[in-house]
Amino acid sequence: MSTSSADPTVDRGTPRTAAPRKGAAPGPRAARGSHPFARFVLVRLSVGLLLCLGITILAFVLTHAVPGDPVAANLGDRAQNDPAAVAAFKEKNGLNESLPSQYGTYLDNLLHGDMGTSQQTHRPVWDDLADRVPASFELALVAIVLALVIGVGLGIVAAVTRNRWPDRIIRVVSLAGVSMPVFWLAQVSFYLFSFKLGWIQAGGRLSPGAIPPEDITGLYTLDSLLTGDTGTFGEAFSRLVLPACVLAAFNIGVLTRFTRAAVLEALGNDYVRAARAKGLPEFTVIRRHVLRPALTSILTVAGLTFGGMLAGTVLVENVLSWPGLGQYAYKSALNLDLPSIMGVCLFVAVVYVVINLLVDLLYGVIDPRIRLS
Amino acid sequence: MNDTPTPPAVDAEEPLLAIRDLVVELPGPDGERLRAIDGVDLTVGRGEIVGLAGESGSGKTMTALALLGLLPQGGSASGQMLVEGQDVLTMTPRQVRDLRGNRVAMVFQDPMTSLHPMLSIGKQLTEHLRHHKKLDKRAADARAVELLATVRIPDPERALRRYPHQFSGGMRQRIAIAIALACDPALLLADEPTTALDVTVQAGILRLLDRLRRENGLSVLIITHDLGVMSALADRVSVMYAGRIVESGPRADVLREPRHPYTRGLLDALPHPDGGTAALVPIVGAPPKLGQAPTGCAFHPRCPHAVDSCRQDRPRLLALTPTHAGACPIDPLAVAASKVDSR
Repeated sequence: MSTSSADPTVDRGTPRTAAPRKGAAPGPRAARGSHPFARFVLVRLSVGLLLCLGITILAFVLTHAVPGDPVAANLGDRAQNDPAAVAAFKEKNGLNESLPSQYGTYLDNLLHGDMGTSQQTHRPVWDDLADRVPASFELALVAIVLALVIGVGLGIVAAVTRNRWPDRIIRVVSLAGVSMPVFWLAQVSFYLFSFKLGWIQAGGRLSPGAIPPEDITGLYTLDSLLTGDTGTFGEAFSRLVLPACVLAAFNIGVLTRFTRAAVLEALGNDYVRAARAKGLPEFTVIRRHVLRPALTSILTVAGLTFGGMLAGTVLVENVLSWPGLGQYAYKSALNLDLPSIMGVCLFVAVVYVVINLLVDLLYGVIDPRIRLS
Repeated sequence: MNDTPTPPAVDAEEPLLAIRDLVVELPGPDGERLRAIDGVDLTVGRGEIVGLAGESGSGKTMTALALLGLLPQGGSASGQMLVEGQDVLTMTPRQVRDLRGNRVAMVFQDPMTSLHPMLSIGKQLTEHLRHHKKLDKRAADARAVELLATVRIPDPERALRRYPHQFSGGMRQRIAIAIALACDPALLLADEPTTALDVTVQAGILRLLDRLRRENGLSVLIITHDLGVMSALADRVSVMYAGRIVESGPRADVLREPRHPYTRGLLDALPHPDGGTAALVPIVGAPPKLGQAPTGCAFHPRCPHAVDSCRQDRPRLLALTPTHAGACPIDPLAVAASKVDSR
């Protein structure tokens, strides 16, 4: 299904989605001449950009509003008692200026590609993020794939076998999934599988002292495969399994429950009965006529899930020593490392905006009513 | 297949559809079995249009769903449902599925909800065609264009690539009929095919069905609560009430000389061009809920002619003429004349 097959004769206004949404709904005459879908993307992109700007303001104000003194957090005992050292620290980091002025400086630097220098690592925040993001991305990617495949799969099975035993079992399992706190699950599974049973190694992306594979994508599993280093791949993969599963568990539960509800709702549609009346095999009816409409609501939840996963990484990475963005965010917050906190916030905001944009675009791919009207 | 549509009660040849003593039971809220259909007999000859009339909940649609093996979960059917001599109720699920959409096709009430909003018209027209007839995409598309032309959709080639929301209600129902006709079925079940449409569009759909019967020898079981639709189209009419047939016969006989007070009531509730609103007489009360049919004649609480025996004895379908039968012991002349009485 191509998004470029939009009918030019129905070029009227901005595509709207079935789900209620804010912004991006200009008048019907505004879009004349331009492709409605391209316009839609453009509007969403600019809204996203504005959103990111808003996030920087919010994060900036919040990080400065919390009680805490960057001086105390960053200087040692002796330096704190030395007025000259404190003054030098404040001067170097611009802490003497007014808040709006500090923000202006930050934004100006940001537009020039400078996210500031981390006060804990004394490296540019950009470099820190570049080191940390691939680790978290690898973790989140595996977790989201697990969550989507297992969650959506179980949800479909539960809906199709409604109120029979597979459905009952799946409902209990998914309830357990959403009920277990991530940090608890991380600790228990580490204790059980790694410490007691010794099935898998956990802690870190590779065993201590191991040399990471050549940096191609930053994902150790992928890079080791690309360079043909199967030994490192096995090591990286086995260390990835536990944190990814823990991170996926909650989302599997959420996706299962939403998928079940969405598929049940779709099953009740008249057009599903009409599809059965055509004599199509039940598998085709489910795949073509039921999953398609259910997919829109599954997609919405999957987008939110990904956001939730970013929050989950903070807990999982700290409990299981995964050197990713979550751990970095946690350490930065503890040390009141303002540039790093801002960097993490901005990165997460951008990810959110991109995911939401992708979800909106996929709505259009799935549903011709959005694409063509 | 091209025999002229005479209204035969008993065809010399075997009827296309013969339903005998159909009983459909549905699961009740407390696990009991509720009879939605209680001993229905119905035949549809080749090239014949038979109307099945009655209020909502009388079991009309359930009859059609039973024929397609699409009863709600937990529903069961017994009796005989012969399609071209084969009993649907003894078929394997696979055999029933091969019949559906292929030999027996159905058009649903609301074309706004019965077409899939996210699949192109072309896909919806050809998916069962390709499944049942094993056509390749090219052949199926060619057939789809032909079908859209048959139901008078303008610019059929382009319509294949469009989606339901780009068509009006009347056009959608034409498309739904085209979908039903795709595999060249012998029998079309049309469940309230015009109810959801504007009156001006209704006539076009009815003419289309009539033309398909004349040109293709299609048999149609048309299910409706609207006797006006019946009078325009059907050769024979059966009237259902609370899961039973209360009257059946040639259209002219049933509509002009109704044998059952319920049929009389349905006719009186029908607006007439010369009657004005004064002539509209509603049937008092509501049909019984599933599983709560009263003893005796199920219609007696609403019947202006009911006598004591109606409350105890369930009337049988009695032949008035060789082709016209009604399930009411009251003098038919009194029933036929009752419209004057009740005013």
